Amino acid sequence: MPLTTLDFEKPIVELEQKMEEMRKMADGLDLSSEINKLETKIIELRKSIFKNLTPWQIVQLARHPERPYTLDYIYLMTENFIELHGDRNFRDDKAMVGGFATLGDKTVMLIGQQKGRDTKSNLYRNFGMSNPEGYRKALRLMKLAEKFEKPVITLIDTPGAFPGIEAEERGQAEAIARNLLEMSRLQVPLIVAIIGEGASGGALGIGIGDKVLMLEYCWYSVISPESCSSILWRSWDYKEQAAEASKLTAKDLLKLGIIDRIIPEPLGGAHRNHKEAADILKQALLEELETISKIKKNRLLDYRIKKFNVMGYFK
Amino acid sequence: MAWFKRSKENISTEKPKQDLPDGMWVKCDSCNELMHKKQWETNKFVCLKCSNHFRIGSNEYFKILLDEGSFKEMDRRIRSIDILNFTDSKSYAKRIDDAINKTKLYDAIRTGTGKIKGIDIAIGCMDFAFIGGSMGSVVGEKVARIIDKSIRTRFPLIIISQSGGARMQEAAVSLMQLAKTSSRLAKLAEEKIPYISILTNPTTGGASASYSMLGDINIAEPNALIGFAGPRVIRQATGKDLPVGFQRSEFILEHGFLDLIVDRRDMREKLSQLLNLFAN
Ligand SMILES: [Zn+2]
Repeated sequence: MPLTTLDFEKPIVELEQKMEEMRKMADGLDLSSEINKLETKIIELRKSIFKNLTPWQIVQLARHPERPYTLDYIYLMTENFIELHGDRNFRDDKAMVGGFATLGDKTVMLIGQQKGRDTKSNLYRNFGMSNPEGYRKALRLMKLAEKFEKPVITLIDTPGAFPGIEAEERGQAEAIARNLLEMSRLQVPLIVAIIGEGASGGALGIGIGDKVLMLEYCWYSVISPESCSSILWRSWDYKEQAAEASKLTAKDLLKLGIIDRIIPEPLGGAHRNHKEAADILKQALLEELETISKIKKNRLLDYRIKKFNVMGYFK
Repeated sequence: MAWFKRSKENISTEKPKQDLPDGMWVKCDSCNELMHKKQWETNKFVCLKCSNHFRIGSNEYFKILLDEGSFKEMDRRIRSIDILNFTDSKSYAKRIDDAINKTKLYDAIRTGTGKIKGIDIAIGCMDFAFIGGSMGSVVGEKVARIIDKSIRTRFPLIIISQSGGARMQEAAVSLMQLAKTSSRLAKLAEEKIPYISILTNPTTGGASASYSMLGDINIAEPNALIGFAGPRVIRQATGKDLPVGFQRSEFILEHGFLDLIVDRRDMREKLSQLLNLFAN
């Protein structure tokens, strides 16, 4: 049972509680048929609620505090993970993690933003908002992978690059821009998966790849619905309209050609079953790696640059 | 020349006081100096008293920087389409039409080729007047195309930025323009063609997190606001007072992200000098 329940999850959780009580009450009595009925009802209810989620509800799911984060996925999908630290320049950014691990039977470099689960760990992780040294650490690790010809996988989950005084002093804009350029010409397969929030340049700073995957209940846009509401509607109250207008869900982004593939989540969302979510993602990553590894290296970069070059709508 | 007449609509000036002959005087918003328009234009739209660099548009930059009559515009009429059907207080489609009518521009950047003291260059210049110089599909496409032009001709590339950031009404599509432009610049870099980025007031958000910060040489005009997050956002997020001069050109240079700060009145000379150093 989740500790945090979103509004639209409440009817499901109420039924689940009822079922729990029934189980406890049973105590020798045979209530199995009632329990089974209830179980079916819960699944049906969950299916119907999750079939018709609004963009704002998807944003809430993407931010669910019990959702698996980057390190959860890494530990669930891989073996031999060794976390590597630091940008070799300023310091180790705890909001960006990365390292070598074995995925399937191959060594890969995994990199991603890391959020915390409670106040203390969120302060430690700066709520998943990287400073410039985070982007530079990510780039250093990518270059390391390139040197030893290991594929790179990035996992995106950030409410944005950190908007701080020191971040600006150390060149947040330059750090992100540099990553975009260098990732475009990185000489190894590069796969991106959006696993939670994909906010703006802070997300894109590790978001250039041969394939961009996106979990079902994530959002990816140029700005958060709240900030969009405050700027365009001049009020914080229009976040739901902003979420709707921004076409920030996986379904919309697939149609727009911005992502390549939607990764389904376990029924009820990734937070309901970390293991299953990680297994599904792992399978998809292995498939994509397999496909990309067949492309000749000199053509890979042209594909990657072309992939982003066709994005845009004009007349 | 016809294009110079349009300059009025492109320049943000305060209305002169009523007792002054209409349209002949400008007031500096930094030191309140009143200047005759002719004098001010001759001074490259820089305040005669305090050197405040007024915001000017692409028309003025092309005139100031390029050899007379050398500018050949490319892709002038490319315009945005409202692919998301985005509506806030008004629809994006209407917003684009209004901006086109108001500014006589088609989007927030103009591109083409020209010469600086006889040296061929590919050039792009943004216009803040068009929806805050925001960067959407058209800006991304025109930047990509001018980079391609530079690769084909081997003309050095100059891009003058003035932008409040990505265009929110294009959401993720506008975000992808950062990727698109930066990956084209990777191509340009492989070809070893020089790229000079000129950052003017303001250059923040999407532009700064892509092509504006990726020059082989990064030049700013004095006192331009340059950064990733805007000052208001930073104040809100951190609850801290911002240091004096924060995110201004001089601050950005001190922190290592600019090569040079160049006064607009010296810009053409400095560019010619740099281009010659690359060429010889
Ligand atoms: Zn002045």
